[in-house]
Amino acid sequence: MKKNKLQRARPRVNTFEMLLIALPGILYLLINNYVPMAGLFIAFKDYKYNRGIFGSDWCGLKNFRFLFVSDDAWIITRNTLLYNAAFIIIGTIAALAVAILLYELVETVRVKFFQSALLFPHLISWIIAAYLFYALLNSSNGFINKSIMPLIGAETFDWYAEKKYWPLILLVTYLWKHTGYTAIVYLAGISGINKEFYEAAELDGASRLKQIFTITLPLLKPTIITMVLMAVGRIFYSDFGLFYQIPMSAGPLMSVTQTIDTYVYRALMTNGNFALSSAAGFFQSICGFLLISLVNWIVRKADPDNALF
Amino acid sequence: MTAKRNKRSGGLTVAATVILGLLTVITLFPVLLLIAGSFTKESALITYGYTPIPKEFSLDAYRYLAQKFSSVGRAYLVTIGTTVAGTLLSLLLTCSIAYPMARSTFKYRNAMAFFVYFTMLFNGGIVPAYIMWTKIFHIQNTYAALIVPNLLMSAFNVLLIRNYYRNSIPPALYESAMLDGASEFKIFVKIACPLAVPVISTVALFTALAYWNSWTNAMYYVTDPEYFGIQNYLMRIMKNIEFLRSNTEAVDETVITLPGQSIRMAIALIGILPVMVVYPLVQKYFIKGIVIGAVKE
Repeated sequence: MKKNKLQRARPRVNTFEMLLIALPGILYLLINNYVPMAGLFIAFKDYKYNRGIFGSDWCGLKNFRFLFVSDDAWIITRNTLLYNAAFIIIGTIAALAVAILLYELVETVRVKFFQSALLFPHLISWIIAAYLFYALLNSSNGFINKSIMPLIGAETFDWYAEKKYWPLILLVTYLWKHTGYTAIVYLAGISGINKEFYEAAELDGASRLKQIFTITLPLLKPTIITMVLMAVGRIFYSDFGLFYQIPMSAGPLMSVTQTIDTYVYRALMTNGNFALSSAAGFFQSICGFLLISLVNWIVRKADPDNALF
Repeated sequence: MTAKRNKRSGGLTVAATVILGLLTVITLFPVLLLIAGSFTKESALITYGYTPIPKEFSLDAYRYLAQKFSSVGRAYLVTIGTTVAGTLLSLLLTCSIAYPMARSTFKYRNAMAFFVYFTMLFNGGIVPAYIMWTKIFHIQNTYAALIVPNLLMSAFNVLLIRNYYRNSIPPALYESAMLDGASEFKIFVKIACPLAVPVISTVALFTALAYWNSWTNAMYYVTDPEYFGIQNYLMRIMKNIEFLRSNTEAVDETVITLPGQSIRMAIALIGILPVMVVYPLVQKYFIKGIVIGAVKE
């Protein structure tokens, strides 16, 4: 009787029809995502474009030796990891600061205005962003060299030739593009905090500054940790557009602007070097996968709701 | 509640307004330089550099573009076409793979969910993908190259829509339709999708933006400028002008009179204009989208 009732309440779906509905999507993922995963083995082949994947000879670890004897492997890994680490740490602090400031505005019209304005760079393509930064940085008539440097009495120089400034420039560009986005995520977290906490603190005479450190940040901790861990999981992947478009492929900057992603692209498309490109790509896929799995495992232990799976 | 927080608005609110105001100015300043640059006479741009207000106002760049309209216009049409086609196709695939995963009585829902999730964890990288698309599908120099690789489906969007189908639409609706003899296909089209319009439109917005701003597919798979959208057109023009400028022997009259920088800025402005126009109308959906996305991030 009871079983009968349950069965009536939950009629089983038609499996065949369901699979048919999902079929186009499944096929797309198989082709776009799974076939290339299977294709990773070409990193162990001496790939010749005209002989194809299966026609090319196996070459063991030759491609990796090739990659790791040069300085390239070290430089691109260092750049990718260090930039991402800086982006995670400074980006998180900046986004939290903006989110807290937005919350302190109180009035919703102002919150909406600033929120929309700060999110705007997120909607601009990296190519157009490169145009914007070119207007600022170009050596002969950029805004900085023409207006800012004379104003502060500093000498002008070619920004696209001085690599020591680029870690800072790339960091600022990253913050410019992404802080608004991350701040909105944190603002949503802050808005979810029970207002009674603040009211109680108010009665106890805590200043608003003190409330930030005793209520907002501690209660936001789970969100912050999850966001940071997710970013750490992707630390082997760099933002291709940022590193490819903003420095404009300037040769003198290469040692501080080349990351794994730009290296894989240039090795493949500019130099047609399948060996280096596939070895670096393989290295990135495997390291990336291990790290994401590890991070996800940690998140699942700490906060199962936020785990990827 | 707001009244209470309003009451205590004081020094910190003022400070927050000032700081955020400054940040907003800094954030939007490069965009202002771009707009002003496109309306500045080339010679003034060379002499005084980029300024937030044009030193010598001129429409030369736009006049030049009007003459060259066939090529810019074409690139623009390519971008509009790929954005529309890509977004529609992407929604179709995303919604249809998300639906079975949302039904609690579908046997393979967890297997399918893992199949989708896994693409967020692991990917084969660009080399095998490049070989596959070029050697097996011969996608080079086709419109499909701009639409199909990578951009059609994001696992993240699938999950977003799956969650909505599953959590925001009462299962009783699906089940009563089944008892009425509706096919799964019919339930999907007539019940699930119409009810999920709020989340589907948010995903559509982000997908359309991704297509509008996309340029990497064309970098890999397109060599024929016929197939360039506005982003790749901008990339090519930058490289061409830079090339002419850097090869001093090649400098002749045509290069000197070419209003290079203001033109670039004008094209770049045209490239973000639709985003700038549409953004104020849809910004609240963007922000909502970021927030619902973050819930499962």
